[in-house]
Amino acid sequence: MSPSIASSIALVPPPAQKIPLFQKVALSAVAAGLLALLAAAGDAEPGRARLFMYAALALVSAGTLAWAALVFGRREPGVMQDNLWRRASTSRGAVAWVTGLVLTGFYVVLYWFPDYLINLIRTLDPFSHWLRHAPADQWFLYGTFYTLAVLLMGGRALWKYRHSRYHLIRTCSVMFFQLGFAFLLPGLLLAFHSHEFYFTYFWPLKYDYLFPGTVQDLLHNGGLGVFMVFWSAIMSLLATPVLTYFFGKRWYCSWVCGCGGLAETAGDPYRHLSDKSRGAWRWEVRIVYTVLGLIVLLTVLVWLGASGRVPAMRFITNPLASFYGFAIGAVFSGVIGVGFYPLLGNRVWCRFGCPMAAYLGLLQKHFSRFRISTNGGQCISCGNCSNVCEMGIDVKQYAQRGEPIIRASCVGCGMCATACPRGVLNLENGPREGRYQASPFIHADSLRILS
Amino acid sequence: MHLLIIGNGITGVTAALTVRRLDPAARITLISSESAHHYSRPALMYLYLGHLRHQDIKPHADWFWAENRLELLHAEATALDTAAKTVRLATGQTLTYDRLLLATGSLTRYAGWPGQELRGVQGLQGLPDLEKMEQATPGIRHAVVVGGGLIGVELAEMLHARGIHVTFLVRESRYWASVLPPEESALVEAQIRRLDIDLRMNTGLVEVLGDADGQARAVLTTAGEELPAQWVGIATGVVPNLALAQAGGLETDQGILVNRLLTTSAPDVYAAGDCAQHRAPEAGEVPVEQLWYTGRMQGETVAHTICGQPTPYRRGAWFNSAKFFNLEYQTYGRVPAALPDAEKSFCWQHPGGQLLRINFRPAGGNGVTGMNTLGIRQRQEVWEGWLRDKTPVQTVISQLAAANFDPEFFRRHEPAIRREFGRQFPDLPLTPAPRRGLLAALRG
Repeated sequence: MSPSIASSIALVPPPAQKIPLFQKVALSAVAAGLLALLAAAGDAEPGRARLFMYAALALVSAGTLAWAALVFGRREPGVMQDNLWRRASTSRGAVAWVTGLVLTGFYVVLYWFPDYLINLIRTLDPFSHWLRHAPADQWFLYGTFYTLAVLLMGGRALWKYRHSRYHLIRTCSVMFFQLGFAFLLPGLLLAFHSHEFYFTYFWPLKYDYLFPGTVQDLLHNGGLGVFMVFWSAIMSLLATPVLTYFFGKRWYCSWVCGCGGLAETAGDPYRHLSDKSRGAWRWEVRIVYTVLGLIVLLTVLVWLGASGRVPAMRFITNPLASFYGFAIGAVFSGVIGVGFYPLLGNRVWCRFGCPMAAYLGLLQKHFSRFRISTNGGQCISCGNCSNVCEMGIDVKQYAQRGEPIIRASCVGCGMCATACPRGVLNLENGPREGRYQASPFIHADSLRILS
Repeated sequence: MHLLIIGNGITGVTAALTVRRLDPAARITLISSESAHHYSRPALMYLYLGHLRHQDIKPHADWFWAENRLELLHAEATALDTAAKTVRLATGQTLTYDRLLLATGSLTRYAGWPGQELRGVQGLQGLPDLEKMEQATPGIRHAVVVGGGLIGVELAEMLHARGIHVTFLVRESRYWASVLPPEESALVEAQIRRLDIDLRMNTGLVEVLGDADGQARAVLTTAGEELPAQWVGIATGVVPNLALAQAGGLETDQGILVNRLLTTSAPDVYAAGDCAQHRAPEAGEVPVEQLWYTGRMQGETVAHTICGQPTPYRRGAWFNSAKFFNLEYQTYGRVPAALPDAEKSFCWQHPGGQLLRINFRPAGGNGVTGMNTLGIRQRQEVWEGWLRDKTPVQTVISQLAAANFDPEFFRRHEPAIRREFGRQFPDLPLTPAPRRGLLAALRG
């Protein structure tokens, strides 16, 4: 036995994958759609650009759904992740780098060079006028693409996970909240000359909803505005702790939130790429609670400033708000959060940057009935649970010691329980008493396995 | 104390971790010729399927060993001198020990078939086997798997995922006939056949035929048929790895002979896991246990004895689990393949492919003795209690919801199971199901 056995296993060339003809046709339709999108972006003639845009949307939608049906629909329902770590697209290969670059580039253009998107934006004017009674802008374009990504890749997830009713219902939930509450309803509100308001985003993620400026704006907006202020305050300060107490942070992160919705659908092919190392966990704790602290501090300061008790507060809060908006709101949540999906996994923002996730996480860890139970002594340490954890939790460290998994970061997507080949894991809400109780079937050692 | 452990599988590593806990000052050295670090043997198939990478099947990160002062040696132990208390490595280096644990595991069992030494004929027992399989299987079209047990079905799944045509030879009249009752075998067979795997019952291997280069090209079966096969998987069981024990002159039979404290015939030498054979197994137990779970339990037990707390090996209630392609299997307690005369068996099946079997003993109050499930998940702690207390089967059926471990929103089968029990055992009346929900809580 040569000592190089472990390394040589990684060097065995992956088997050449034979892609059936119909799958190639479906993927070609997606590629043709993306080309049509480029054509629309480059065409200043509105009528033709619109045609290109419609062709693009039709080709990408039909191609994606057909491809998902061919790949997943023809196989027996069950765990389908063959060759996950052998495909260039899902194992940080060349395809992944190209995808990451294109996504990142799109965000950079969207945030800082929207003029390049002007032809694309104009193609959506008829739709925007119909929905919102207003011309399209870059954010409407972004919202359209975003919602389409959640719906199409949600369709893929429904095919892939059709053996699990938990995933079917959860996927439908994120698709519903993205389409209804993060896309159509804000548009309709605009059409009725109301404030464009997202009922599914709360402080501290949508931090300005509890800033004095937004609150005063809304309060001048009549009964609906008052309700919106009431909604923001209740959801952030009352409903969030109560719902998290009963269900864990999953009620938001993997059922309602739009960022989570994109991660669970478009990001699903990349969930295993999240870093499971102890070092990554340390960075997660350092960064995410700093972001939460920063936004709490900023909120307190702007209210202090608005109260008029501290003069010239805006000389502190204005630059701080600008910095936060740029560094956290734009660069972290957009460019890195989604752009780096194919390289760092689908929950980089949620895990390292989201203040709402940090807030929910503290509640989940200390004031919740939620846990992932380990079924006795049946773990075989195979590592499938850790592999599919999008939040980078090394789930097997708990399972192989017979312990329940109670981690601030867990979004309750339930994939570990699905991937487990021995039926060892289950998401449960139960009494807080004995929540950390380990299985008597494994005599957990007191070694420093996690620290 | 210097504890030397030969083998870094689940048994050796569990023993090392337990000794570290019981004796923080002990010096512990783990020697393995197979891999630098402990890995999960049942996870080998997921490497081949591309679900996981090599680093993903390591139960502990690489920093773990140094932080817990566990010394690792990636080397082959070739000689053992129990009088001088030394172990010699293939490198020529000699190590001394105060206590020695042999946890050398198993090797693939070959039945002496003609042609079994041909290239392309192998088992799947460790990383070297997986490496061989990775190199031998790309580009091949036909493979044959011999042996209807757990490794056999894993091999079939691995090859099938790569688009290789698999013929699965099972010598018995049904799948895993030594362990599963007929209904369970039938469900697994249906699952295997649904995936177009050519499953052949009552068929064994006679000979592997090779080409001029010494490469397998076909097999000859007991049905007299010649089947093309560029690769032949041998999954007819494993035998304890005795090389070092025999080199050291220890008493061996099928395995290294141990008493209930897992001590061998030589002083301060212990053996545990797959390689150990119990001189006097408890009634109804097998002398050689070759499971991940029993390896872990034996490793934990022997560590106590090594640390001066003599602890006899007691396995407790039997449990095991497996997955046959998409079909999950769990068993708690004892469910023999053939029903003993003193027991009765309740078996519920759902058209969707789920199965629940509960065995019980009518003499002495219908206490439950064992359970099998396919396609549904049951909670081990609850079953452990029912089996230990010999809870009457009527009570178990009535309270079955307490053992449900299926994910949220999954279809609940308890009402259907109750109805089926009433149909099969009308003379065993059920107590009403415990009420759940707000109304029940209000009524107290």
